[in-house]
Amino acid sequence: MDENENKPKGAANINAGGKQQNTYDAIVVGSGISGGWAAKELCEKGLKTLVLERGRNVEHIKDYPTATKHIWEFPHRLSNTKQFVAENPVLSKCYAVDESTEHFFVKDAEHPYEQKRPFDWIRGYQVGGKSLTWARWTQRWSEVDFESNLKEGIAVDWPIRYKDLAPWYSYVERFAGISGNRDGLSQVPDGEFLKPMEMMKIEKHLKRKIEKQFPGRKLIMSRTANLSEPINGRGPCQYRNLCNRGCPFSGYFSSNAATLPAAKATGNLTLRPHSVVHSIIYDDQKQRAVGVRVIDALTNEATEYFSKVIFINGSTLNTTLIMLNSTSARFPNGLGNDSGELGHNLMDHNYNGSISGIFEGFEDKYYYGRRPTGTYLPRFRNFGNDKRTDYLRGFAYAVISDRQGWNRLINEVPLGAELKSQLTEPGVWSTTLVGMGECLPSHDNKVALSKTQKDQWGIPQLEIDASFGKNEHAMMKDILASGAEMLEAAGFKNIKPKDSGNAMGLGIHEMGTARMGRDSKTSVLNGNNQVWGAENVFVTDGAAMTSGACQNPSLTYMALTARAADFAVRELKKQNI
Amino acid sequence: MNRRDALARVALLMSGTIIGADLFLSSCSSPASKEQKAALLDPGKKAPSTPFLNASQIGFLDEVGETILPTTSTPGAKAAQVGSFMAVMVRDCYTPANQKIFLDGLTQLEQRSQKRYNQGFMALNAAQRTALLTALDAEQNALTAHQRPDAPSHYFRMMKQLTLLGYFTSEVGATKALRYQLVPGRYNGNIPYKKGDKTWATT
Repeated sequence: MDENENKPKGAANINAGGKQQNTYDAIVVGSGISGGWAAKELCEKGLKTLVLERGRNVEHIKDYPTATKHIWEFPHRLSNTKQFVAENPVLSKCYAVDESTEHFFVKDAEHPYEQKRPFDWIRGYQVGGKSLTWARWTQRWSEVDFESNLKEGIAVDWPIRYKDLAPWYSYVERFAGISGNRDGLSQVPDGEFLKPMEMMKIEKHLKRKIEKQFPGRKLIMSRTANLSEPINGRGPCQYRNLCNRGCPFSGYFSSNAATLPAAKATGNLTLRPHSVVHSIIYDDQKQRAVGVRVIDALTNEATEYFSKVIFINGSTLNTTLIMLNSTSARFPNGLGNDSGELGHNLMDHNYNGSISGIFEGFEDKYYYGRRPTGTYLPRFRNFGNDKRTDYLRGFAYAVISDRQGWNRLINEVPLGAELKSQLTEPGVWSTTLVGMGECLPSHDNKVALSKTQKDQWGIPQLEIDASFGKNEHAMMKDILASGAEMLEAAGFKNIKPKDSGNAMGLGIHEMGTARMGRDSKTSVLNGNNQVWGAENVFVTDGAAMTSGACQNPSLTYMALTARAADFAVRELKKQNI
Repeated sequence: MNRRDALARVALLMSGTIIGADLFLSSCSSPASKEQKAALLDPGKKAPSTPFLNASQIGFLDEVGETILPTTSTPGAKAAQVGSFMAVMVRDCYTPANQKIFLDGLTQLEQRSQKRYNQGFMALNAAQRTALLTALDAEQNALTAHQRPDAPSHYFRMMKQLTLLGYFTSEVGATKALRYQLVPGRYNGNIPYKKGDKTWATT
């Protein structure tokens, strides 16, 4: 073993059980969306696999304490208390955090970080990670998304193209279960879909108007990882729309419901919760990574685990933190960081723009059940013939419609029986377009290890230094104007565009900081998600992204992970790694 | 809640057309001052755990709520114990400034009653209560229409909002006045609606 200066405290006591006992074929760091997939694929291919999760165990169904609670069982009817807000100024900004879900999120005090520029870092430290609370929108990325960097001379070229990923999208969709319609749109290619959920009349109306008056724009059902049909013993979705609490019907894809049980069924899985990964062990003699250093979150005991292959799936920024903290003679600036790009090019999606309106009509229509997804207006800017001169790339809209409920304030209605009677009937239809803007990779948007602050396990805190730039701001203007224009054309009234002005982070789509590329001088990972110079280490979460597209990214992490796991096992068999 | 639903709701909230949990989230989210934060984070300075409102204040608010949403063919706000609900929400979610507005509002409402009817609110008959609160409602509407969104609310707006939230998310409100289903089991995006059909309690 190399004598590495970068060891956790207490490392003298490591491995009382002996090295052999702590040796596996593969180690996966993290159990969220991508870690779960790595675990499943590696286990199913016969590798004895250790999954290290820094948080507590969350067993599917058993550990969803709020899943079947009625709204009136929550003392604040889901509102966060002011004490919670005061203690969690970052977390309480997250749309998904309320009385019914807060146990699946990291409290601000539990893992501090430094903000050189404001960045809201939302985290879920538990088995399953944020796959329990994700939004489940799963559009494929497309050819244009993998080519734009090269064509525009932005950052570096992706080392892969859509065709490299297409079969893997299909592979993960077939297992995960994605509901959606085959719409034939090249900017969000069709996949292996379960039947689509139904559009409401208001949505069909909007679709017809937009598609007629704005050639090139389409309104489709969002492809969503909610099971419109049962698949692989899970689901179907019961249309409760309480997904973020965990689903007792296994109605949506999560690591807990899907990939981890599959991994466990092979008999090859060892899952170790409360395992904070300190760093990757790189052996300078063997010129390869040989294992990981782990600190037990409960006992603070340090242990080393060894394996032939390591997948880091710690969720973008924690993946990069681990790599930056993995120093050796060969990699003094962090694992795989010959390029100096490790920690750089942090991206998010810009969700700050929204446009709402109301529609008078269709009063004879309503819905039964709570559809856990909405409609989607795919990217149309800088696509086909629709060229912009004021910004690069594009955006999509999430388009959400419903009839106003009791929670509208009817000021003009007299108090008493009349108010009560009116509020017990639904109001007008309302629709909101939420812009989902691509964010360009910029070297200046970066993370680094704090030189002064450490976390409770003695690991340097992460210092985040990033903000939206000129291109994102120019795009925002168009997001607001185009959304208003479409609602107006479709006959909506009271149209209100709004820019929330949030800092980066609240898209909860951290991407980049260990990008894929074609050259070790300008990127951290190669086209198979191998770390340059430590080829038995793979990174397949959001850290790997070379650009951000405007589609929701998790499905792409799944596909990259399955592809990389397949490659890793073939290389192991050939003894190439 | 669906992510985009949540975003959509926040967007609607900004337009001032919607109230509900998000509104309270927003009042909860008002940036706390350093002193407030320090007080909250220092267990020694924590507010005493005694009830925020006493039984007679809660009874008073039950009657205010019942006037806003009375018993009709379905139970009213009092049956949903909105007084106790308001006490919890104001204690746990309101900023100290809003707590003061709300508490002072209890006194002011009582003074209005004395001034107009020469007796306290609890002694008024149903018609008098409705007339008094209707005047207050007009007052808060006028104030709200002319002030900045982040300006302090009228106390009666708080009481009205809390009554609506407390009632329609209560068991009696959700299941008797509205339609409620924890597990719908299927989805139909286009069912017929006729006047008089009830709203779904949850989204």
